[in-house]
Amino acid sequence: MPHKKTVLVTGAAGSLAKRVIARLHGKHNVIAVDFRRKVETDAGVPSYKVDMQKRGFEDIFRNHKIDAVIHIGRIFAHESDRQRRYNANVLGTKRLLELCRKYSVSEVVIHSTYFVYGASAYNPALLDEDAPLKASEVTQDLVDSVEVESLAQIYLWKYPELNITILRPCNVLGPGVRNSMSLLLSRSVAPVLLGFSPLMQFLHVDDMADALVLAFEQNKPGIYNVAPDDWVAYQVAVEQCGCRKLPVMSVPPVLPKLISNALNWNAFFPPYLINYFKYPVIIDGRLFRETFDWKPRRNMNDIFSYYRKAKLLAA
Amino acid sequence: MIGIDTLKALVSMSPREEMLRHIVTPELDELFARIPKPVGSFGYDPWGYNENTAKFALGLVKWLYEHYFRVTTSGLENIPDHGRLLVVPNHSGQLPMDGVLIGYALATNPHGPRAARAMIERFFPTVPWLGNVLNAIGAVIGDPLNCSKMLEQEEVIIVFPEGVRGSGKLYKDRYQLQRFGNGFMHLALQHKTPIIPVGVVGCEETMPSLANISPLARMLGIPYVPVGPLLPLPARVHITFGEPMYFEGDSESEERVTERVELVKDRIRDLIDAGLKQRTSIF
Repeated sequence: MPHKKTVLVTGAAGSLAKRVIARLHGKHNVIAVDFRRKVETDAGVPSYKVDMQKRGFEDIFRNHKIDAVIHIGRIFAHESDRQRRYNANVLGTKRLLELCRKYSVSEVVIHSTYFVYGASAYNPALLDEDAPLKASEVTQDLVDSVEVESLAQIYLWKYPELNITILRPCNVLGPGVRNSMSLLLSRSVAPVLLGFSPLMQFLHVDDMADALVLAFEQNKPGIYNVAPDDWVAYQVAVEQCGCRKLPVMSVPPVLPKLISNALNWNAFFPPYLINYFKYPVIIDGRLFRETFDWKPRRNMNDIFSYYRKAKLLAA
Repeated sequence: MIGIDTLKALVSMSPREEMLRHIVTPELDELFARIPKPVGSFGYDPWGYNENTAKFALGLVKWLYEHYFRVTTSGLENIPDHGRLLVVPNHSGQLPMDGVLIGYALATNPHGPRAARAMIERFFPTVPWLGNVLNAIGAVIGDPLNCSKMLEQEEVIIVFPEGVRGSGKLYKDRYQLQRFGNGFMHLALQHKTPIIPVGVVGCEETMPSLANISPLARMLGIPYVPVGPLLPLPARVHITFGEPMYFEGDSESEERVTERVELVKDRIRDLIDAGLKQRTSIF
């Protein structure tokens, strides 16, 4: 029996972190942290409601001998304004990494996003991990995602003893997932840009949870895209999820942003993500698949049928 | 006659399904089953190629190929039926009709059909509908990373090393090869890829251009605006595929790369001459 590690999981109230905690529970000592609320957990999993920027956060490191951190918690753009989001996501991550150094945490897994690559007409397909992160070129609202990444990368090179692994998944979907794409596909009507149907990649939240756990268990520091070897056009995905399409004028380019703003589509079709519904951002997940011998166990049809069925049940 | 049926179907605006059956025939389905091209669970590949759209497009081009341009091909037996490949033709005719016809010839090759990819200008993805359609039939923006990854996945890529210098040239310069870019040779060397030289005859006459209105082209942000017919003329097209050329070694100096490019260029010149000799009438 290998040594039981103590793992701190952030964003514990979210659907992904919940699954990660369930997978680790029993094999390791898990500590659940979320700034939103104190999460109900199984017996033996201490749970804290704490803001990473507040002093109380350090107490968790003082009271537990933490071996590893899985950093999933993030504030989405539709949950807060830009300034508060920046503070929570970027400065919060910085604080977390500093505490990891101070208390000699030996492993950190960071959940990033494929959004960091930015959606541009000039993107080649199958972006590698060393492709430039151009998201902040597209919009101010993704600056925090890119900065969390650059922070993590600085720490990755500067402090190898932290053993940082950064995962950049494609769209994660499934039961309970509250990101923009999942909220969008849960709706009965989904906006589509006229004349644009970019290719996308989708991953089931259970497979992403497996990926995070693998990254933690195998501890092979680095930066990895996490995506299946399968692709589908956005408008096909919308149909497959049982949504009706709401065509939105796509030219001039500023028009869909104005429409999104005016109708307050911030949660599921936000102005700053419009380009991701226009141009494909296809990432190459080969490095992760080969390094960790991982393959998603659920295909796109499994993912889409959840959204289809959910709509049938609601009707 | 597929061609006339297709047009009839288009004119009568019959239901989608029926029209599809006229264009995507069982023979076409059979052909695609033989093409060695991996696609995902919804028929897409990572560059946006879509099997159903490609089938439909091929069904439409069939009429152009057989009845409008009455294409004659030779040397199709030189195309390997699998493995990475660079297909390198001369470029002419203002519109990329030569690429479309070569793509059709490769996809219907009786010696082993291949789905060829073509490189397109970077502004195409920004054009609504057109960008998606071009991707779906196999075109991708001409980014070196795209080319590398495609060759590593054993794809066939059509490259026009003359680029717009070739397609946009005036009628008085017909069949004169313009300067070749070296990019394709770097790819061939890096990824150990055979090159099939191709001579295209006839596309020059599809859209003879007397002049290029360059101020207008600059204003519109496109490479050229030809003075000539508005639609391609029905010139007969001859496509001659040469034997594969293999190049080895690293691209140690640009000069050495250029020397190899010249070898390909010479070969294409011979293939064009062969096609011109073969041709008995322009229209």
